[in-house]
Amino acid sequence: MIRTEKHSIYIFLVTLLLTAPQCLAQIIEVCAECEVKNIQQGVALAEDRDTLLIKKGEYQEFNILVDKPISIIGEDFPVIDGQEKGEIFRIVSDNVRIQGLIIVNVGVSYTTDHAAIRVVRSSNFNIENNRFENLFFGIFLERSSKGVIKGNRIMGIARDEYNSGNGVHLWYSNNISVSDNRIEGVRDGIYLEFSDTIRIHGNESRRNLRYGLHFMFSNDNQYTNNLFENNGAGVAVMFSKRIRMTGNRFRKNWGPASYGMLLKEINDAEINDNLFEENTVGINIEGSNRIIYKGNQFVRNGWAVKVLGACYTNRFMANDFLYNSFDLSYNSNINDNIFEGNYWSNYSGYDLDKDGIGDVPHRPVKLFSYIVNRTPETLILLRSLFMDLIDFSERVSPVFTPDNLVDAKPKMRVVQ
Amino acid sequence: MIQIEKIYKRFGKNEVLKGVDLSIPQGGIYAVLGPNGSGKTTLIKCLLGLMIPDEGTIKVLDKPIKEQWKYREEINYLPQIANFPGNIRVCELIRMINDLRKKEGNEDFLVKLFGLEPFLDKKLANLSGGTKQKVNLTLAFMFDSPVMVLDEPTSGLDPASLIALKKLIRDEKQAGKTFLITTHIMQFVEEIADQVIYLLEGNIYYTGPLSGLYKKTGQNDLEHAIAAITTETRHA
Amino acid sequence: MLKILKYSFKDLMRSRWSYVYFLFYLLLGFVLLFLNNDLSKAVITLMNIIVVLVPLISTIFGIMYYYNSREFIELLLAQPLKRTSIFLGLYLGVAGSLTLSLFLGLGLPFALYGLFKSGDILNFSLLIITGSFLTFIFNGLAFNIAISNENRIKGFGYAVLLWLFMAVIYDGLFLLTLIVFEEYPLDTFSLVATVLNPIDLSRILILLELDISALLGYTGANFKAFFGTRLGITSALLMLMFWLLIPLWTSIKQAKRKDF
Repeated sequence: MIRTEKHSIYIFLVTLLLTAPQCLAQIIEVCAECEVKNIQQGVALAEDRDTLLIKKGEYQEFNILVDKPISIIGEDFPVIDGQEKGEIFRIVSDNVRIQGLIIVNVGVSYTTDHAAIRVVRSSNFNIENNRFENLFFGIFLERSSKGVIKGNRIMGIARDEYNSGNGVHLWYSNNISVSDNRIEGVRDGIYLEFSDTIRIHGNESRRNLRYGLHFMFSNDNQYTNNLFENNGAGVAVMFSKRIRMTGNRFRKNWGPASYGMLLKEINDAEINDNLFEENTVGINIEGSNRIIYKGNQFVRNGWAVKVLGACYTNRFMANDFLYNSFDLSYNSNINDNIFEGNYWSNYSGYDLDKDGIGDVPHRPVKLFSYIVNRTPETLILLRSLFMDLIDFSERVSPVFTPDNLVDAKPKMRVVQ
Repeated sequence: MIQIEKIYKRFGKNEVLKGVDLSIPQGGIYAVLGPNGSGKTTLIKCLLGLMIPDEGTIKVLDKPIKEQWKYREEINYLPQIANFPGNIRVCELIRMINDLRKKEGNEDFLVKLFGLEPFLDKKLANLSGGTKQKVNLTLAFMFDSPVMVLDEPTSGLDPASLIALKKLIRDEKQAGKTFLITTHIMQFVEEIADQVIYLLEGNIYYTGPLSGLYKKTGQNDLEHAIAAITTETRHA
Repeated sequence: MLKILKYSFKDLMRSRWSYVYFLFYLLLGFVLLFLNNDLSKAVITLMNIIVVLVPLISTIFGIMYYYNSREFIELLLAQPLKRTSIFLGLYLGVAGSLTLSLFLGLGLPFALYGLFKSGDILNFSLLIITGSFLTFIFNGLAFNIAISNENRIKGFGYAVLLWLFMAVIYDGLFLLTLIVFEEYPLDTFSLVATVLNPIDLSRILILLELDISALLGYTGANFKAFFGTRLGITSALLMLMFWLLIPLWTSIKQAKRKDF
C-alpha cells in the first residue's frame, strides 16, 4: 500500500516532467513588492502548469478560485489570512498543487461549509506541508479522486460541535492518500463519507471535539499507523465494508460515550496489530460481522471489547488483553464469535505441559460486566470480594453469560 | 492520707459497694477484711483507679483521684493474682517497671531477699505460682512510696518468704508508710495489723483496732470473731 | 505513651504471630511474583487481595493481642500512667508492628524483583498506604470489640462477623439496593454508601488508580466530579482518616470508663 502511494506520486512526477518541456512552465513570484501583489492576481495571470511562488508575507485574501492546473507554493510559509470572510481556496481543476502555506481565519458559517482548501470534482491534486489555523473546515474534498494530502498541520480551537468543522473532510471521493498529517482541535479529525479506496497512514489526530477519525459508507479503505488520542468520542467506523486497520494506536479516549473505536455495521474487516490503551471502551462493536481481530493489544481500558447486539463470526486471535477493568462484555448470552489463542492478564489457569497454552479454558466475560451493563452504577463495586464470588460462581456454571464463550487455548505469555 | 467518701459501685444488678466511707491517716497497717464478695478488691481497685466508682469521691493526699493518674506515683500496688505478660523475662519486667515509674528502685535487695536470682532470666510464663508472687512482691516493694496497697500478699508463699515479707512490712511501717492489706489469713492479720477494716455486703461493718473487733463479737481470736459476724448476719 | 508503645512493640516483635504475619506476606509476595513473573500483574493481584485480607488479619490479630495483653494492661494500669496513653500505646504498637510486617513482607520480594526500577512504584506505594490505613482502622475496630467484650469467644465472633459484613455482606446489600432502585439516580447514594465502609473506600482508592478508564464511563455528574478530578482521591483519603480516628476515639472513650 505504501508502494502504491509512492507509485502514484512517481507517476505524477513523471507526467510533470514529460509535459514541462512542451509547455515551458513559468514561475510567477508573488509578494508585496513584486509585480504580482496577490494570489488571485497570480492565478489569473498563470498559464497551465505554471508555478506561483508565494514569498513570505501576509496576504489577506479569500475565495481564491484555482481553475487551472498550477502549483501554488509558499516560500518560508507565507500567511494567507481569510479574515473570517469565507472559503479561501477552491480547486476546480485537475493537477493542482498547494504547498507550504499558512492558511488562517476561515469564516464560520451555519449554512455553507467554508473550508481552507476545497477541492471540487478534481483529480491528481497535492496538498502538502501546509498549516491551518483558526479554521472552520480544513481540507474539504468533494467528488474528487487520486489526490495526496500529506504532512499538513491542522490546529483548530473548536469549542462546540455546531459551529466547528472537520480537519480533513472527504465526500464522495476516492483513491486519496491522507498521510502524516497532524490534526488537533477540530470537530472530526478526519471525516469520510461515501469515499472508497482511501489510504490513511501515519496521521496524528488528537483532542478533537468528536471523533479522531469518522467514516461512514466508505468501503475498501486502509488505515495504518495512525495515532488517535484524547478525542471526545474516539474513532467511529460505521456502515462500511472491507476495511483494513493495522498498526494504529487508540489512546486515552475517555467518557461515557467515548471509544477507542466504535464499529457499527462493519463487515469483512481486518483489525490487526493495533494498540488500544486507556480508553473507556477499547472497541465497541455493534452489528458487525466477519471481522478478524489479530495481534491487537488492549491495555488498561475500562472495557477492552464491548459487544452489543448481533455480531456474527468474528474471530479474535492472538490478541493481548492486559489489565483491563473488563476484557469483554456482552449484552446477550448468545455468542457466535471465536476467541482463540489470546493472552488474558487475568487468566488464572496453569500450564502443566509447558506448551505455552493454558490447560484450562478461559472465560473472558464476567457476570459483573453483565450487571454493569444493566445498572451502570454498580461499577463502583468493581474488585469487591462479593463481586469476585459472584463471578466465580458464574464462571463455574454460566447462566447470564454465553456458555460457549471461552478461549480454549489461552496463551500463558504476552503475544506481542 | 486517704479519704473515701460514699463510694457506690455496682456491676449490673449486683451492688458491690453501697456507700463506703473510710478515712485512713498516715502511718500504720490497715487490714481490709471481709467475707468473699464483700467488696474488698473492688474497694482497692477503686482506690487505684482500676475501677471507676459510680458515685462518691476518693482523695489521696487530699486530692480527688478522679481521672487522675499522677497520684499513683505515691502508691505501690500488689495485685491479687500475679498476671504478668508471659513472654518476657523477670529482669526485663523489673527493668520495664523501673523505666515506667522513672524512679530508682531497690530491686537488688528484694531479689536477694526472696531468692529470685536464679529466675531473673526465666520467662514469666514458666514460673511457679509462688515465684510469681515473689516477683509480684518485688515489683510492689521496689519503690519508696508512702502508700502500699497489698491484695492477698501471702498467697502461695513459703514460710521463709512469709517471714521475710512480714519483716519487710514492719520495716516499711517504721519508715512511716501506710499499708492497706487484704487477706484471708487471720494469723497474718493478728501478727501485723494495727487497725482492721471489716467490710460486709458493701458496707463498713467495723473500723478500729483488733481488740475492738474482739470486744464487739465477744470472741478472742480473729477467726472466730469473723465467723461470728458472718453467721450473725446470715441469721439476721 | 511512647514508652508503652516501645514495650508493646517489643512484646509483639517477640511474639511469633508477628513473624507468622510477616512470613505470610513474604510468601505471598514471592509466590505472586513467581507465578506471574510480572510486577504490574502481581501488584494488581495484590491490591485485590489486600483490601480483603488486611482487614481480616488486622481484626483477628488486634483482638487476639488485646485479649492476650490483659495482664500487661492490668500491670500498667496500676502504674502512674494515663489510661489514654496506655491504650494509645498498645494500639500504635500492634497497628505499627502489623504495618511493618506488611511493609517488609511485601516490600522485600518486590524490591528484589526490581520494583524501584519499574513504573509500578506508585501503584505499590498506594498498595502499602491503603494496607496501612486498613490495618490501623481494623485494629481500632478490634480494640472496640475487645474492650466491650470480656468474653473472648464472643469477641472473636463479633470480630469475624464485622469483617464478613464489611468485606462481603455490605457489598451484597449495596448491589441489591442498586439493582432494586435502578430507575432512580443513584450516583450520590453510591458514593455515600462507599464512604461508609472503609473496605469499599480503600477499594475506590485502588479503582482510581487501576480502573480510571472505566470509571470515566459513568454518566452521573457527581461521579464525574468525584472520579474525574482530584476530589476523589482527596476525599477518599480524608474519609479513611476519619475511619481511622473514630474507632480509636470510641475505643479510648470506652477504655477510660472500663473497670479492670
